[in-house]
Amino acid sequence: MAGELKLLGTWVSPFVTRAKLALHIKGLSYENVEEDLGNKSELLVSSNPVYKSVPVLIHSGNPICESSVIVQYINDAFAGVGPSFLPADPYERAVTRFWAVYVEDKVVNQWARVFRVKTDEERAEVMHQTLEAVEVLEGGLKECSGGKGAFFGGDSIGYIDILLGGLVSWVKATESLSGIKLIDTTKTPLLAAWMEHFCELHVAKTILQDVNAVVEYAKALQARMADAAVNN
Amino acid sequence: AVTHHHRKQKARMGETVKLIGAFGSGFSHRVEVALRLKGVSYELILEDLSNKSELLLKHNPVHKLVPVLLHGDRSVAESLVIIEYINEAFNEPGILPTDPYERAEARFWAQFIDQKFPRFFWMSLWSLDEEARRSVLTEAKQNLSLLEAQLKAKGKRFFGGDSVGLVDIAASALAHWSGVFEQICEVTLLTQEEYPELCKWANRYVNDDTVKQCLPSRDELVAMFTACKEMFRAMAASHK
Repeated sequence: MAGELKLLGTWVSPFVTRAKLALHIKGLSYENVEEDLGNKSELLVSSNPVYKSVPVLIHSGNPICESSVIVQYINDAFAGVGPSFLPADPYERAVTRFWAVYVEDKVVNQWARVFRVKTDEERAEVMHQTLEAVEVLEGGLKECSGGKGAFFGGDSIGYIDILLGGLVSWVKATESLSGIKLIDTTKTPLLAAWMEHFCELHVAKTILQDVNAVVEYAKALQARMADAAVNN
Repeated sequence: AVTHHHRKQKARMGETVKLIGAFGSGFSHRVEVALRLKGVSYELILEDLSNKSELLLKHNPVHKLVPVLLHGDRSVAESLVIIEYINEAFNEPGILPTDPYERAEARFWAQFIDQKFPRFFWMSLWSLDEEARRSVLTEAKQNLSLLEAQLKAKGKRFFGGDSVGLVDIAASALAHWSGVFEQICEVTLLTQEEYPELCKWANRYVNDDTVKQCLPSRDELVAMFTACKEMFRAMAASHK
């Protein structure tokens, strides 16, 4: 399907990283637009009126929003190009989608709360719930990979690997900042192996954010939040 | 590989379909609509959610929630995931658009209705704290306006076009359950004046021939949820 591809995003966003991973796997070229979320462009606001957030993929002038929808769109619109992100069998696709929803609802959305809650106590509770969800996800990895390989997609990466892959630099940054291992070798060995194998891939080396840069970004964010808390 | 897949599909077509659901559950309803739109016969197993069955716990160990679709020896959970499965595992008609862009649009709105929409709408109904209510109400109305605008832009009978599709099914709670909760709370959010297209759509949805067959009556829902009134108010009060 011919047509210009433009990605509105920010370098640090794990959700934008998902879109970049998907585009790269399919071998698609696109114009990368770095947004300043403190000063959103007209294009961003008009392309994503519902959330006004990144990523937004614009294909031949048509915007697609929400990272999981974008990744699925890339898979559908470029079905004949490069590898497919989903298995061919409807049931296996359903299993994949189930675990993709789990990643989003129980891992990502829970973890995101860490940045919104105010007390250390709440933060600890949120992290505890996130870690519990990661342990359940270990079972999901087992089910999806079916013993065929280290990835959710088996011996090659697929939809869930992309969704989770976008978060890897933040997972590593979190460990560096707080000592908390979201993916622990002893508690979730399969996921730990997954992360190792994922990071060895060419696409990961090309696309994933530099961990140190994410750490610096997170520190600056924490400082700003601390300031805001004091001044409110 | 293609022949094997085709044979597997043909074999699947003859297998038993069961749906583990619960009376009054909007999520169960979603799956029933999808099955009926596809002309798939199924056995409905109604759960008592206060006393979950072994069958449910076995087939949805992760969440222990309804609905769960059982197709032969396979089980699928998560209503929107089930709908995509039904769409792909059984023949025409399609519940999702075939065009990739339209499909992405449908998935976007279904997700919006599932993720962003419910909290604000629900809190606007059940929240007694005036201050808390004010901020969620603004957002709830904005969300309704977004859906109204989407319907207007499409200019068709349903979000899915001429017939019920993924987004309509995802929004079924808005079409039917919202009226129930509004009645119990004595608050109206979905007004004809502010959201004429949505109201017309809601009416079309609940009167659709296929939907009607698996829609619990409003009176039954009012009776059922009135009993939960205090619980819902408490939930709204503690929600952050």
